[in-house]
Amino acid sequence: MNTKDIYVFIEQRDGVIQDVSYELLSEARKLVTAIKHVHFDVVGILIGNEIKDLVQSVIHHGADKVIVADHGSLAHYSTHYTTDIISDIIKTNAPDALLIGASVIGRDLAPRIAARVDTGLTADATKIEINPNESDSTELWITRPAFGGNLFGTIVCPNHRPQMATIRPKVLDADFFDGTRNGEIIEYKFTPRSIDKVVFKQRILKETHGIDIAKAKIIVSGGRGVIDHFDLLQEVATLLGGTVAASRGVVDRQRAPKEIQVGQTGKTVRPTLYLACGISGAVQHTAGMDKSEFIIAINLDASAPIFGIANVGIIGDAVKILPYLVEEIKLLKEHHIAS
Amino acid sequence: MNILCLVKQVPDTTEMKIDKVTGTLIRTGVPSIPNPDDMAGIEEALKLKDKYQAHLTAITMGPPQAEDMLRELLARGVDEVVLLSDMKFAGSDTWATSTTLAAFLKTLPYDLIIAGRQAIDGDTAQVGPQVAEKLGIPQVTYVEEIMDYTAPVLTVKKAYEDYSEILEVTCPALISTLNTMNTPRSMNVTDVWNAFEKPIRLVTFADLKLSEKDVGLKGSPTQVKKTFTRTLQANALKTNLSAQEAAKLVASYLSAYME
Repeated sequence: MNTKDIYVFIEQRDGVIQDVSYELLSEARKLVTAIKHVHFDVVGILIGNEIKDLVQSVIHHGADKVIVADHGSLAHYSTHYTTDIISDIIKTNAPDALLIGASVIGRDLAPRIAARVDTGLTADATKIEINPNESDSTELWITRPAFGGNLFGTIVCPNHRPQMATIRPKVLDADFFDGTRNGEIIEYKFTPRSIDKVVFKQRILKETHGIDIAKAKIIVSGGRGVIDHFDLLQEVATLLGGTVAASRGVVDRQRAPKEIQVGQTGKTVRPTLYLACGISGAVQHTAGMDKSEFIIAINLDASAPIFGIANVGIIGDAVKILPYLVEEIKLLKEHHIAS
Repeated sequence: MNILCLVKQVPDTTEMKIDKVTGTLIRTGVPSIPNPDDMAGIEEALKLKDKYQAHLTAITMGPPQAEDMLRELLARGVDEVVLLSDMKFAGSDTWATSTTLAAFLKTLPYDLIIAGRQAIDGDTAQVGPQVAEKLGIPQVTYVEEIMDYTAPVLTVKKAYEDYSEILEVTCPALISTLNTMNTPRSMNVTDVWNAFEKPIRLVTFADLKLSEKDVGLKGSPTQVKKTFTRTLQANALKTNLSAQEAAKLVASYLSAYME
């Protein structure tokens, strides 16, 4: 079968396109540019209710075409309907690749589609490239962490199409934007073929434990080395106007809420400052924070891998250093106010 | 009420280390544990058993050593355990795994299938939804609470990144569970002893109506091209500082971030 084009699932929630979709559009543009021997378009799939005003934004961020399914029964995300629509589009259009954000929605949807259309899916990719060994290939080499981020694997899907991947939010840059671009809009006429056996009843906003760490500019993060001293971390974070985060070891022992977990199974953060206290820095953790602008690490073990990515590394006991740090920051603040 | 729980035995990835000389993963000495998200599913199933006298069957696919985990599940109160094991299943990706599991699950009566959201070795979160698709049943992933079951409707709370949703799903259905939703109960000594007298059902390729091209490496659309560990470069480290000196040093970098 002749397959062509790279498709991107445009995830919108309450009429807001999610950042990861823009990241994927930028990446898809890079991929179609890298494919020299055939012409591939970037095609967005946009699904929802009264979402037609979002189409131009999808084009401006990199799509050549947008397939739009706009229907009253699509107001709320439905695994059932969304799988039906995208699988139908795949069977008709035969895309070469389909990229989906590795959000809660994307990770719910992508495996279901892959099972239906009989193709391979690589989860939680952190890097995608075109097969570097062949000049006329459209094969995607998709790299992802495994074993808690201790190991990376590059996965290919040689004999099935589309090649599917979910890609972690925030690991790719949404750096493509051209507000003058024009694109083709294709309407997908959706009629539900069967009822959805999952019924949405109610949304509950979570009790906030503070700021969303994914949006925080300053993060004071703690691992097992400071598990009994998160009050100290909180004090430092409060003084700096930042927020506290934790490693998986702390969250798994139920000493910190899941919402503040950084790492492969937690959140990906990109703060301007990341202060890692008592965190050894298994790749499972660093995968979620290694794009921080400036990393300061305090750890007792000189061979801790966190020092490999830190801008400043201090071998020492964070539990002993933090109380002094609180005093030092207070002094600095007084100095700031005085000057 | 019949509940099927999908469980995987995994290496404890928090105990894994990288050989600093060869840059490879050290697997020897890493203990095998039941996958944490799956154990949360087992605990939820046991709660449903307490409430509705549900019958629980736990199913795993893996090497013969997974029997240890199945014995532990019997000791926790699971009624029956099944091991899907065959050399022909080796090398399965999530597509082949879900095909194999679905082929077996079709032979059992069920109202609810509970799978852990994801396994800590692969972290894909794909097998649950792919089993649901291949059985043609609805799914709710990322379940953080089972709120009610009034046959045939199960009410659950699903965790999103920043909020939760209450959803009703008509059974038979599949849900995937999060390890943070509960603390698995402990085993009592009598149950541990009794667990050794209960049978473990073994299912092999020959027991399933599948063709060889659908299982194992041959049945896997994805292939691993290469694996590697990330090499880290050591930065200049500050050592032999007193706690107070260290604090002063850190503070000197922090001043730039103060408003």
